[in-house]
Amino acid sequence: MTFVLDHIGLEAGGLRVIDDVSLTFEPGSLNVLLGPTLAGKTTIMRLMAGLDRPTTGRLLLDGRDVTGVAVRERSVAMVYQQFINYPSLNVYENIASPLRVARLGSAEIEARVREAARVLRLENLLQRMPSQLSGGQQQRTAIARALVKRAGLVLLDEPLANLDYKLREELREELPRIFSATGAILIYATTEPSEALLLGGFTVTLSEGRVTQFGPTSRVYRDPRRIEAARVFSDPPLNELAVVKRGDETRGADGRPLGRIEALAGRPDGDYRLAFRADAAGIGPPAPGALSFAGTVAVTELSGSESFVHADVGLGVWVCLVEGVHDWAPGQVVNLNIDPSRVFAFDSRGERVRQIHAAEVAA
Amino acid sequence: MTSITLDHIAHAYYGKPREDSDYQLKPLNHVWEHGLAYALLGPSGCGKTTLLNIISGLVIPSVGRLLFGERDVTHLPTEQRNIAQVFQFPVIYDTMTVAENLAFPLKNRRLPKPVIEKRVAEIAEMLDLTADLGRRARGLTADAKQKISLGRGLVRSDVSAVLFDEPLTVIDPALKWELRSKLKRVHRALDLLMIYVTHDQIEALTFADKVVVMNDGRAVQIGTPAELFYRPEHTFVGYFIGSPGMNFLPAEVEGARARVAGFDLALGAAYPDLPKGRSVQVGVRPEFVSATAGPGLPAQVRRVADLGRKRLAYVSLAGHPLVATLPNEMESVGDSVNVAIDAVNTHVYVDDIRVAGRAP
Repeated sequence: MTFVLDHIGLEAGGLRVIDDVSLTFEPGSLNVLLGPTLAGKTTIMRLMAGLDRPTTGRLLLDGRDVTGVAVRERSVAMVYQQFINYPSLNVYENIASPLRVARLGSAEIEARVREAARVLRLENLLQRMPSQLSGGQQQRTAIARALVKRAGLVLLDEPLANLDYKLREELREELPRIFSATGAILIYATTEPSEALLLGGFTVTLSEGRVTQFGPTSRVYRDPRRIEAARVFSDPPLNELAVVKRGDETRGADGRPLGRIEALAGRPDGDYRLAFRADAAGIGPPAPGALSFAGTVAVTELSGSESFVHADVGLGVWVCLVEGVHDWAPGQVVNLNIDPSRVFAFDSRGERVRQIHAAEVAA
Repeated sequence: MTSITLDHIAHAYYGKPREDSDYQLKPLNHVWEHGLAYALLGPSGCGKTTLLNIISGLVIPSVGRLLFGERDVTHLPTEQRNIAQVFQFPVIYDTMTVAENLAFPLKNRRLPKPVIEKRVAEIAEMLDLTADLGRRARGLTADAKQKISLGRGLVRSDVSAVLFDEPLTVIDPALKWELRSKLKRVHRALDLLMIYVTHDQIEALTFADKVVVMNDGRAVQIGTPAELFYRPEHTFVGYFIGSPGMNFLPAEVEGARARVAGFDLALGAAYPDLPKGRSVQVGVRPEFVSATAGPGLPAQVRRVADLGRKRLAYVSLAGHPLVATLPNEMESVGDSVNVAIDAVNTHVYVDDIRVAGRAP
């Protein structure tokens, strides 16, 4: 099954909530919708499910227009962040409920429920009521219910957000495997960049109801096309600085000279924005070839094996990730070295710009 | 200067406890030192909230005494304990301004107006709320409201402790970074005892001077973030801290060598007197197992995960699952690869407890 969003838009209360979204999801693919709260993840999922109708555009399933088709007549399963189970039904009946609605035979129901319970490790809990389950077990029950439907399109809306992170780690490993066996298109919404990376597959970055990039997850991470995509896909947050380029010289917004910036070579003069992730910055004596900044340590956070140093460089507070445990004291002045090959440059409209090589200019 | 002492504290929610397993919070002795930031970290149901509730007075422990300084407060109600609390969801007055909200705990204690004003200004400054002081709380975003909650928790300088119960759960990832680092800065500036409950390891490790790792009602290790990472005293700490957690492999240990999955492995220390007939495992974090083109133990590659700033290889070592780090210079791996294990960071566990080795 191929699923296409063709110029989907949604207006609500005079506001454009979803803005011209076009995406093609391949059969059996795993797709992550990555964006902060209010980016439009849940809204897009509701449109995909058929719970809401778009103002403009079409939804195509294998080429067939399903835009106005009711949810019940679509092959869709959805799991919400806040797990939903029927409180008066035991786990078995909760999982079986969509199959009862579809009027399947009891032998078929039994077989599917047992299989889903095995995969989600709920076999010993089938007779329990939801109130007797932990949060993780309740969410697994909700996921099992989505699984037994054998829907062609499975929408998971931050399904692990309310769970302990160790359980999240385990389920995150298992979910793609469980659903890929069914050949379904899996769409998984999250606010967390690390979750997108761990899931792999394809990633859609979303900002304010707009798709900023769609591609294989590692590629979107390494090669963001717009500044919004880079921001959404950075945790710790993306470090940024506004610069002005005049000829070969680039200066910070405060006028400090930064020398020649490789990523801007050959670009027209004007305003740009440079950005880099925390792990592209190191701390130490000024290194040859690196972009160096003096910064005042605001706070150092230790994660056990790594240190996150928040330093004020006079252009904002940046976060650097340094291997090992280093407890730089607040107020201490340190030198930050940034690897120029890992600096992204964006033009004033937020489009990524790349270095133009002399050979290209000549051609 | 008040420290808080747990003197043989234990708690059972049901019936008369007779043995260890009857307690939902197992017996615990601990001193929370004034001026330090602690995190209580563990999965749901591990007892961390019970412990926090004992300190705040919501739960009276079945056994043991709770001391604030020298004073026994075991049976005192919350309002007589002189503590401040911050909860998962903002607890503020919508009709009041931000400044009035921050001032409220101080007004209740009838502090003089200039003292209140000075303190409110100071806390607002630390939390970047100065520009909002005159605004009503109603209409502010969820994270701004939670900042006010944090401010209310921090505004009193005379409290014995500030207790936080998962205060950043409802905050977006990018803002979490900002609020967490603010909280840490505030802690450095204010000289308060802070106790912070969370199930998020990054939050616990980055916020706390010391982390109490809890599992199944027991505090399995109390240590600095580096101690928990480099020297987990219990297999649960190895598993729970780190993402993914520590690798554990069943082993036979003989002096400074271990027999693991049919291979001979060097250890960083000697273990001459291990008890017989017990479960022995070696534990090593993925950060200290690396895939290599050089010599190492032969493993089958099951899966490679690209985490952006590092890559992990999930391999099988003679049938035992193992997670290794892929070094940057190794562009790709085939179906099999050698893994090198760092002996110094390999630990030996007997019945889940780390055994100290001797210098070889």
